[in-house]
Amino acid sequence: MSGVAIAFWVLAAVAVVTSLLVITSRNPVASVLYLVITFFCLAGLFVTLHSHFLAAIQVLVYAGAIMVLFLFVVMLLNLGTPQWFDVAGTPVKFAALVLGVGFVGALVAAGVGDFEPGASGPAAGVDPDVLGSTEAIASALYSAYYLPFLVTALLLLVAMVGAVVLARRER
Amino acid sequence: MSEIGVGHYITLSAVLFTIGAIGVLTRKNAIIVFMSIEIMLNAANLAFVTFATAIGDLGGMVMVLIVIAVAAAEAAVGLAIIVAMFRHRETVNIEAFSTMRG
Repeated sequence: MSGVAIAFWVLAAVAVVTSLLVITSRNPVASVLYLVITFFCLAGLFVTLHSHFLAAIQVLVYAGAIMVLFLFVVMLLNLGTPQWFDVAGTPVKFAALVLGVGFVGALVAAGVGDFEPGASGPAAGVDPDVLGSTEAIASALYSAYYLPFLVTALLLLVAMVGAVVLARRER
Repeated sequence: MSEIGVGHYITLSAVLFTIGAIGVLTRKNAIIVFMSIEIMLNAANLAFVTFATAIGDLGGMVMVLIVIAVAAAEAAVGLAIIVAMFRHRETVNIEAFSTMRG
């Protein structure tokens, strides 16, 4: 097996196991920490896809900023110890499992596992390392995709104001 | 087996998305439901990056950046809502919040 293949299988296995631990763990603090490991694995998978910039952003924004926010709220609300039995009953669990296995089964049966880019594949001479580079993404972001970029900035501003208004103690 | 293709990444993305969906369906702790949604967003991101690399188009990578920004905004507002809910009911059990169920 090549290095990329070994990296893929290890990262994929750790990502699946830790995300299963996120949804089965009783303790919310443990869930948050398992989720950080999942996000690091996804960043590693982005590296195997030659998307180094997105891997760095994944670690900085997801594993850094968003998970610190989650951990902060869990600690703030003093939910460190499980206070009630917060997993749904057996019928719901069974239905969710059947739906989940059915969904993945349907996708695999539909052939996502065999998908290979066909005629629309990369043009000859496209270097994947150049494609995922910071420079290439920046030039796309500030030219062809400038409007979505601006709308995202506006969204972040609105979300910031909204979070302050929501969390403020009303008198 | 030794050759890793687009299909492997897409299958992993589907599996992670399903794990997130099962988390949303089975947990009653609002914060863990929220984390399950983050897992689903990340699974979608993995599919975006995979296809962007496979067909050599940057649109998918730009989309991932926008998804990450929206996830950050969603986390900020969502956690503020959870804090406000906790202040009213002293719990984050989603079954305690059924006022608008009708």
